[in-house]
Amino acid sequence: MLVSATGPTVDQDEVARFAALAQKWWDTKGEFAPLHALNPVRLGFIRDRLCARHGRDPGAQRPLEGLRLIDVGCGGGLLAEPLARMGAEMVAIDAAAENIGTARAHAEQAGVAVDYRCVTAEAVAAAGERFDGVVAMEIVEHVADVDAFMAALADLARPGAPVFMATLNRTLKARALAVFLAERVLRWLPPGTHDWRKFLKPHELARAMRHAGLIPRALVGVTYNPLGNSWRVSRDTDINYMMMAEKPGE
Amino acid sequence: MLPPMSDLTVETRVDIVIVGGGLVGMTLAAALGHAGISCAVIDAEDPATASADIFDGRVFAIALSVQRMMAAIGLWPHVAETQPIEEIRVSDGASPLFLHYDHRELGDEPLGHMVESRMLRRALYRRLADLPMVRLHAPMKVARLDRDIDGVTAELADGSVVTGRLCVAADGRDSPLRRAAGIKSIAWRYRQSGIVCAVAHEKPHRGIAHERFLPAGPFAILPMTGNRSSLVWTEPTDLARVLVGLPADEFHAEMRRRFGDFLGATEVVGPRWSYPLAFHHAERYIDRRLALVGDAAHLMHPIAGQGLNAGLRDVAALAEAIVNADRLGLDVGGDDVLRRYQRWRHADNTMMLAVTDVLNRLFSNDIWPVKLARDLGLAAVNRLPPLRRLFMRHAMGTVGHLPRLLKGEAL
Repeated sequence: MLVSATGPTVDQDEVARFAALAQKWWDTKGEFAPLHALNPVRLGFIRDRLCARHGRDPGAQRPLEGLRLIDVGCGGGLLAEPLARMGAEMVAIDAAAENIGTARAHAEQAGVAVDYRCVTAEAVAAAGERFDGVVAMEIVEHVADVDAFMAALADLARPGAPVFMATLNRTLKARALAVFLAERVLRWLPPGTHDWRKFLKPHELARAMRHAGLIPRALVGVTYNPLGNSWRVSRDTDINYMMMAEKPGE
Repeated sequence: MLPPMSDLTVETRVDIVIVGGGLVGMTLAAALGHAGISCAVIDAEDPATASADIFDGRVFAIALSVQRMMAAIGLWPHVAETQPIEEIRVSDGASPLFLHYDHRELGDEPLGHMVESRMLRRALYRRLADLPMVRLHAPMKVARLDRDIDGVTAELADGSVVTGRLCVAADGRDSPLRRAAGIKSIAWRYRQSGIVCAVAHEKPHRGIAHERFLPAGPFAILPMTGNRSSLVWTEPTDLARVLVGLPADEFHAEMRRRFGDFLGATEVVGPRWSYPLAFHHAERYIDRRLALVGDAAHLMHPIAGQGLNAGLRDVAALAEAIVNADRLGLDVGGDDVLRRYQRWRHADNTMMLAVTDVLNRLFSNDIWPVKLARDLGLAAVNRLPPLRRLFMRHAMGTVGHLPRLLKGEAL
């Protein structure tokens, strides 16, 4: 009876570990504080553009009701949960099982419905699933093959649907801040994950988008305001920027 | 066997738990409920007593911007017997120099409205009755409040439980919630008390408010509906107590000496009472999943009639921060919301508190050089139209970086 005795214990340990990790991810004053500070700007960008496309009022409650979205590289679910609360039917994926376990634990506790899966974008695209919007924030700088990744994102989008991306620019300014960005903003990543030479300039990201058959539609900079520890949208794309591309068709 | 008590507990889940159902707490509930945010108001007072039909003597000046908010949340149409303030005349004792604010200088809208406290309460109950997102627990006390990383849990005196994302302390100047959170407050008492009563008079007031600076402190005559005015009359605390206790005819004679005969025959109507004037300002308005609003956060001298207006401006700013977070699917009780609220209101209230305190100290004396200086100051403001208009806009509350509600816009 040794197996049945240890089985539940192991599960309990897993649950406790994920719960502890979730607390870390979601502590707005903790390790991920800078990511939480970035969240309103990103969510606003995604929401406002989806609302414009579907003729909805971004100030309404649950403005994304009924839209099926996918968050690629969801981490602890910092974007996926608010998007689900805005009414979106949410699928969120991450290659790291630990992130998925963490995100799931938190969503369950918060009572938010998100379909978390530990798979790659390519796998979901190959299974034929399509979405009204694709979100891939702060992830393209980590992938080995940008073109293959972008093709998968393009596949996930329904005709006419937007693809939202955010990443770091390959400028001296970004490089100067890379230590800060990598260690403070993106601290959960093991050291050396952010290779400055792999950062994409906006026109390079746009080219990759076009190469995958997407049409780049919007580019905005995101700048940090140390007073008040907040980020805001600006025209300065030198450090961090967000882009939206559209899949042609309809 | 009976199941344990916890299984029988009634639990209500809302976004915002508002402790205190005074004018500020209830207006916040109306603003949030109007924007579709669920909230529970827990108030110790019985609604039947709180909105009794009898006039209790309390009247408030509602600034134009606050009136716009009340309109934007569907509250103003329920407010009965509102008296527009068309002009304000400020004078220093018997000095011939005075300052004159006339709303016509800025447009068609009055500077503000005088409204009886009971009319505001009645309007709030009516408005809240139409808002399915708002639940009123009254008369009811909070037995215990827990605030942690994930939310707040309020255990009520009847054993039921209300949980939420954020607790708002609208529990008055002595705010038990502020004390429990260990938030310090700078506080002092003035040696003055405010005597409050209503006066019926023979001649119409034509919507003119008078603020007279007498040596003991400000004496304000504020227009009410009909041929009635509300008095806010400042005296040293011991004298105020004596005055309020006088027989009706003697009290009237004392009142009349200061009021004058410009509105013909007068009569004191309704109750009269006095309250000691005090000052306090919380060093911060926020703690984990807690926001202080209104008197719980600040208490100012009534010299400018801005106490309730300041509390309702807190409401406008907090409601906007909450709704903005909600519309992004974010935590409505998160640090972001709280920090934004505090940044918005703390500095603004600090300024208002300082101005009211300094004005009172400047005017509540009979030292001749001070009197000369302030009279020249009043006359100067009166002769400089841009400055005069700026002061008027401050009284109307339309200056600065305003929350959307105070501009009359929806959230």
